[in-house]
Amino acid sequence: MKNHRYITVERIIKNGVVGFGRNVWLAIAAIAMMGITLTILLFAIISNATFNHTIDDLTSHIDVVEYLKDSVTPAQRDKQIGQLKQLPNVKSVQYTSKEQALKSYEADNVNNPTLLAAISETDNPLPASIEIKPVDPNKLQDIQNFLTKPVQQNLQSDPTSYSGDRKAAIDNITSATHFFQQAGIVGIIVFIIISMLIIFNTIRMAIFNRRDELIIMRLLGATPAYIRGPFIVETMLYGAVAASISLIIVWGLFKVASSTLQASSLGLLDIGYSSDYFNKHLVSILTLQILVGILIGAASSAIATRRYLKTRQ
Amino acid sequence: MILLDRVSKSYNRRGAALERVSLHVEPKEFVIIVGPSGAGKSTLFKLLTREEKPTSGKIIIGGIDYEHLRDKDIPLLRRKIGVVFQDFKLLNNKTVYENVAFALEIAGISNSEIKHTVPKVLDVVGLKGKEANYPLELSGGERQRVAIARAIIRQPKILIADEPTGNLDPKHAWDVIKVLEKINRFGTTVLLTTHTQEIVNALKRRVVTIRDGHIVSDRAVGRYKNT
Repeated sequence: MKNHRYITVERIIKNGVVGFGRNVWLAIAAIAMMGITLTILLFAIISNATFNHTIDDLTSHIDVVEYLKDSVTPAQRDKQIGQLKQLPNVKSVQYTSKEQALKSYEADNVNNPTLLAAISETDNPLPASIEIKPVDPNKLQDIQNFLTKPVQQNLQSDPTSYSGDRKAAIDNITSATHFFQQAGIVGIIVFIIISMLIIFNTIRMAIFNRRDELIIMRLLGATPAYIRGPFIVETMLYGAVAASISLIIVWGLFKVASSTLQASSLGLLDIGYSSDYFNKHLVSILTLQILVGILIGAASSAIATRRYLKTRQ
Repeated sequence: MILLDRVSKSYNRRGAALERVSLHVEPKEFVIIVGPSGAGKSTLFKLLTREEKPTSGKIIIGGIDYEHLRDKDIPLLRRKIGVVFQDFKLLNNKTVYENVAFALEIAGISNSEIKHTVPKVLDVVGLKGKEANYPLELSGGERQRVAIARAIIRQPKILIADEPTGNLDPKHAWDVIKVLEKINRFGTTVLLTTHTQEIVNALKRRVVTIRDGHIVSDRAVGRYKNT
């Protein structure tokens, strides 16, 4: 029966493609609806990626600085750096000597002679410091706990940067960004669910319009798979076309936006980055989008046709 | 060929559409079923094509006992019975040729055989030259002949025609009836329902009368008076 199966598959595909061509207005309506939905979804995904990028940018500046007493010997310092590198949440450790601290202070205040005059080379009040970058800025407390042990505090000239007002500010930022990231994920999931519902409903209406065809085919003795097959092929084509259209729309909008806005940023959203992200992931977005379009189309029509194919009892 | 044994069908508790109907049709017979609207003719046909299940009783067609019929065998059963409906039930976005070919396509018949058979059958029903038309471009009589071509192309042993002339003017109605007689001469058992007394009386065939869900008369050469 291999030959028979081959003929059946061939006919299902052929009928699907022919049906797509003959029901062109229905197809246009369904594709437009799917296209808009997929465009919104694509925007949501790119905005989320851009937003995450902005947050990463922001949190990459968060660190803990330990200020060392002048009396700390190079051996103690190296031991300290070694110990810090062993901590689980530490990404990198950067040592700044008193001299380097002074140099960067001078560079920062080159236009402010009063501040420069307050400090001189011979009497350098700036402490040597160790800057610790965390892997996860939400878990700075782990590093802080290590640094506030009595043995550690003996080496320090001042409390670490992660204390007092600065601690409160960092904690606010990290909890806010954490919240926004979670909200972004929830938002994307909600968007996906809504778009699936809209697409499903669009397909359901399209099939409802043609339910007579399904019923007639059933009366003639076509198997449910043979009846449903062409509809699924047709809606898969809808999905593929809609996905391609939505991609062209988004691509066009970025093209216009990045040339007129000159890669400016709108609040937290960096258009330049969005455009880069889109161009860099174009192939995977294209593949994913078309795949999603095809799958949602196929699943929707499979579910929507089912009720017309049931045998009445 | 067709055997109904005390078949009842009720859609709700208030009353039965068919009640203890027994009918036996021999192979190659031409049987006309008459009766007023709502008598139960359509229900009878829906039972034969297994669109509906009987509430009680036994149905055997061509050796197939419906009681033991599984859902997945229903499509195979329907391919063995040719059915013609009053409202044609054509696929409006397929051409005449495609509508007729569809009956063979679903049975997995090869393309070359389809190409060979469809024109022949369209010729039999007098639709040569209309292959590329869509059903909505045809007259009622032509549409019904497309439906008949579709029903007979698989050379079924049984042809069921539910009011095939109901929507047609007398001339077209006769065309359709002549095609049915022709098919019957080739050896197909034909079951026909109609309202038109001229047709019934001119055909001089077995007539079964149904009223209120019961068979009230069954005559070898029946006559019918439309009341």
